[in-house]
Amino acid sequence: MIKLVKVSKSFKGQKVLDNLDLIVEPEKINIIIGRSGSGKSVLLKHIIGLIRPDSGQIFVDGIDITKINEKTFNEMRKKFGMLFQEAALFDSMTVGENVAFPIKEHRHLSQKKVDEIVNEKLIQVGLTNVAHKMPSELSGGMKKRVGLARAIALDPEIILFDEPTTGLDPIMCSAINNLIVQTQEHTKATCIVISHDIESTFKIAHKVAMLYHGKIIEEGIPGEVKVSGNPVVRQFIEGRQIEQSPKQK
Amino acid sequence: MIRIFESAGRPFVAFVEEFGRILLLLISATAWLFRPPFRFRVVLKQMEFVGVKSITVVLITGAFTGMVLALQTYHGFRMFGGEGLVGSTLTLAITRELGPVFTALMVTGRAGSAMAAEIGTMKVTEQIDALYTMSVSPVQFLIMPRIVAGILMLPVLTVISDFIGIVGGYFVGVKLLNINSGIFMARIVEIVDLDDIFNGLIKSACFGLILALVGCYKGFYTTGGAEGVGKATTQSVVYASVAILISDYFLTSVMFR
Repeated sequence: MIKLVKVSKSFKGQKVLDNLDLIVEPEKINIIIGRSGSGKSVLLKHIIGLIRPDSGQIFVDGIDITKINEKTFNEMRKKFGMLFQEAALFDSMTVGENVAFPIKEHRHLSQKKVDEIVNEKLIQVGLTNVAHKMPSELSGGMKKRVGLARAIALDPEIILFDEPTTGLDPIMCSAINNLIVQTQEHTKATCIVISHDIESTFKIAHKVAMLYHGKIIEEGIPGEVKVSGNPVVRQFIEGRQIEQSPKQK
Repeated sequence: MIRIFESAGRPFVAFVEEFGRILLLLISATAWLFRPPFRFRVVLKQMEFVGVKSITVVLITGAFTGMVLALQTYHGFRMFGGEGLVGSTLTLAITRELGPVFTALMVTGRAGSAMAAEIGTMKVTEQIDALYTMSVSPVQFLIMPRIVAGILMLPVLTVISDFIGIVGGYFVGVKLLNINSGIFMARIVEIVDLDDIFNGLIKSACFGLILALVGCYKGFYTTGGAEGVGKATTQSVVYASVAILISDYFLTSVMFR
């Protein structure tokens, strides 16, 4: 289980996370929504330890990851897989080498077995005959699929998705959303998705949380959040301009 | 008054901070050198990149350095009938100074800048974050192999540069300027010591460390997208070149008393 307790983070004096509390539902699709620049990616990077909080605690399976050293964290990170916003594929490696990378790093398997797993993961994300291609030869959607194949290569317990549908056409968005659902059903992993795509969120989420000014201002199952009485949440869902309070101006 | 001191001291503080970060990166890379998994293939790949792929540029630079040196020293020595010293003088200059320094500067322009650009691009496109998420240390995977390759390959390239420089000097001196071949070679054997060559190679290993470390450091701390990568690349070449020339003075003053 993942739990964030009173997590705060500032960059150059600007508070991005402000005493944030969040409980992530295990083995479910948890979607964190919020406006661009609201700190969603920062929150995700805290969960996997790419950024350390200024204060607060982050528990992963009962262990406070803010207190552990880098070596212990590296062991902990093997539980995670992450799909980055722009896929972050290694552009000096082929698609096959990208997917094989975490397997070769952490499992001592024969090349034949590695190739089998790579093939299986690529098929799982709906790709065939691309293993020999370079990332620069792929479209945005294909890159994200390869990124997902790499993220699930070690069958992680927790998968993080950083704005998986940003920059894709509606058909590809739908395909990626279906892929998230299928992956979660297939692996039973805890999925945390960062998104500002409201339509997709309500379609695939088991739990939705909204981040606003460094805090989670609303959370619950999609049905609850959809009918939220919070004006900020309503404005965000309905796509209207969120007015700033005088203090924030 | 305080403000004047503050603004005067700020660049110094920034320099100390940057130097500290470079030093920490070097310590971290050194520590990773002795921790498994050992990445021989990645090191070999980098040695090929830094060494094998720099041979052409080093050959051209070395040959023409030797040739122009022969030409210049010949005109100087001819004034007092000392043409026979051309071979030994250019060999000393090449093995002690010009071979190591010019090789390092050329490799900085070719490989050091590429290191900064590649690692910088990886940084701004989150590929380095991706390494962290896969429990792989970027310092071990990206930086340590490049530093090892720099330290090992620069002396090899310098040997090639020294050799081709002397051959170039011989060609100009003996074949074009008609210096006696026997005297040319005899003076080299008489005056040039093996220590001159070895000390030059030690210097080149230090330059290899500097150019790789600065290139990796600038790439690793790149911020600000494509513009940031461009800036990091340029800075890596300028900083490494300046550091090589400054360190050359101090290394020379220690080695050739």
